[in-house]
Amino acid sequence: MHRVILGVILLLAAPLALAQTIKIAILGPMSFVQGEHHWNGAEMARDEINKAGGVSVGGKRRQIELVRADTNEIQSVPDATNAIERVITRDKVDFLIGGFRSEAVLAMQEVAMDNKKLFLGVGAAHSKLGLNVEQNYDRYKYWFRVSPTKDVDLARTLFAVLNSIGQQIRTDLKTETPKVAILAEKAVWTEGLVAAAQKNLPAMKMEVVGLWQPSAVATDVTAELSAIDRAGAQIVFTMLSGPVGISVGRQMGERGMKAVAWGINVEGQKEEFWQAAAGKAQFVSTLDTYSEVEYTPKTIPFVRAYQARFRKAPTYTAATYDAIMLLKDAIEKVGSTDADLIVAYIEKVEHVGTGSVATFDKRHDLVWAVGKTSGIAVQWQDGKKVPFWPPNVKGMQPFKMPAR
Amino acid sequence: MLQDILVTGLVNGGVYALLAIGFSLIFGVARIVNIAHTAFYMLAAYCFYTLLTKGGVGFALAGITAVVAVTLLSLVCYKLVIEPVREHESAVLISTIALGLIFQELMLAAYGGNFLGVPSAIEGVVQVLGVSIPYQRLLILIVAALMLVATWFFLHRTRLGLAVRATANDLEVANLMGMNVHRVAMATVAISVALAAVAGVVVSPVFVVDPFMWLAPLVTMLAIVVLGGLGSLKGSVIGALIIGYVEAITVFALPAGAYLKGAVALLIMVIVLLVRPEGLFGVAFEEER
Repeated sequence: MHRVILGVILLLAAPLALAQTIKIAILGPMSFVQGEHHWNGAEMARDEINKAGGVSVGGKRRQIELVRADTNEIQSVPDATNAIERVITRDKVDFLIGGFRSEAVLAMQEVAMDNKKLFLGVGAAHSKLGLNVEQNYDRYKYWFRVSPTKDVDLARTLFAVLNSIGQQIRTDLKTETPKVAILAEKAVWTEGLVAAAQKNLPAMKMEVVGLWQPSAVATDVTAELSAIDRAGAQIVFTMLSGPVGISVGRQMGERGMKAVAWGINVEGQKEEFWQAAAGKAQFVSTLDTYSEVEYTPKTIPFVRAYQARFRKAPTYTAATYDAIMLLKDAIEKVGSTDADLIVAYIEKVEHVGTGSVATFDKRHDLVWAVGKTSGIAVQWQDGKKVPFWPPNVKGMQPFKMPAR
Repeated sequence: MLQDILVTGLVNGGVYALLAIGFSLIFGVARIVNIAHTAFYMLAAYCFYTLLTKGGVGFALAGITAVVAVTLLSLVCYKLVIEPVREHESAVLISTIALGLIFQELMLAAYGGNFLGVPSAIEGVVQVLGVSIPYQRLLILIVAALMLVATWFFLHRTRLGLAVRATANDLEVANLMGMNVHRVAMATVAISVALAAVAGVVVSPVFVVDPFMWLAPLVTMLAIVVLGGLGSLKGSVIGALIIGYVEAITVFALPAGAYLKGAVALLIMVIVLLVRPEGLFGVAFEEER
């Protein structure tokens, strides 16, 4: 009889126990590095919060429960919208975090907004995501971009670092006007950056020797690099998100090019890049988010803990950690999981994360500031990613040029 | 710029030629529409990568093992997937597409979507007309030439080669003449896949290895074989060089349109086919036969 009573109690208590969790969907291409780091960052945040007793919601402690949603967005945008539909309707998640490919995130944003679900973006940079908030606040206010900064602000960082490298080339090579080759994959996200580069570089006293636009999935750029060599470029200004970034790094090394590569090279941000480029990508540099530098007080402890747990350094999509911590802070402060209350709180807060000190503008984009949300610049030196910018952050090391 | 185009076009054409020879044999000569052909090339690259970087095996042993393993796998696939539907071209087409996708998903599950790098067998570069060429690319040119000669010798100087050409010409007559057409087809698949595997081993150090690396070469190979003329090895090599040179010219003449190099190459193919529907050397082959 006692067993029956106990069984009934357990059955009745089961839904209550489930209700004690806060369900967060982590959306990312889980078969790829980006999704892997989305998930890793989220797991670290979940374990840390749950170990400390969970999230206090109006005085009650609730545990974080993660739902792993493989969006497969690198291969298929419809797969991404299916994934987000599934976690909202079947898994009944409370919050959405992640996304990587802008085209897919734009589509997922629509589904999230249809369902009035708070969606903290970690991965996509396209301006349209924030523009939607500005143009139709009531519908899109549930969207925030936690990482990275929007594409226009990425450009501001790129030019700031490029200016610094240009100064070094002026000094080292004794030239007044460094020659720059723009090497940008043909994609929507590079269009604004290319136009800005062509306009700004002459004003920065740099000569643009040409624009080369290979496919994002090109595995052979020997013809492009040969032409860049012939044009006498001293800097190769890269805007690459696909595997072409590996080909550029490797083939520049194989050819022994004297030009140095700087820009966005998403593959170059990954720990696996050096191996993928067969150890040839010496001096390739790229915008990045994480390194063992005191970007914020939380950066070094996070990077070390991540490396200890996963045996690799985090990439920028690991900022799911920051997104969950921001969410926890918001829920505890407003005492509720109500999306409207949380939106109002996040709009006003300054959150010190591991990859940025985040405040949000009217588009719910990060407010750009060097040393706060600009990210860092790193250069591959002898198999290691060495941080070299911004110079005011403690832990930066010198930027190196190929021997001439 | 002229020397850049000459050298770059030749080297890139050599890479395509190496890939095209096996495809030309299976698709052009034996007329088996094996869409999974470049998927075997991808498998060989993964096998080579794994043996070399994880297994600590040397270049030669890793390369030979990869080629042998993938060739044996192709025989199993032939018996299970191609032979039962061999007489229906569209069924072979669909089955081999499925096979290619299965291999792709298996590699995605096993290795993830990461891009992997294979070290070069020979390090260093050589300057030709002021253009830097890595030794690995020269190796590809040499291997492509050797494979071409070997394949030509096989087709024209061996009894099995004669049987391959005969079954391709008329399957039923070849059968009536006492040839075991299934065994001939199986041998053709094995040899062409071995060529694809050699390409995977030799070419992977200059590209990146990933589960989708079989798709882009597939389109290019189809274009080259059709451009050169079905069944003509010579045509395939010349088609490969044409594609290599057209791509180089596109990049040098139109830097901001470098992404168009593939499209321009395919456009050239369409133009050639409009003028000469049988391809560049299609008729010559028919006459030879």
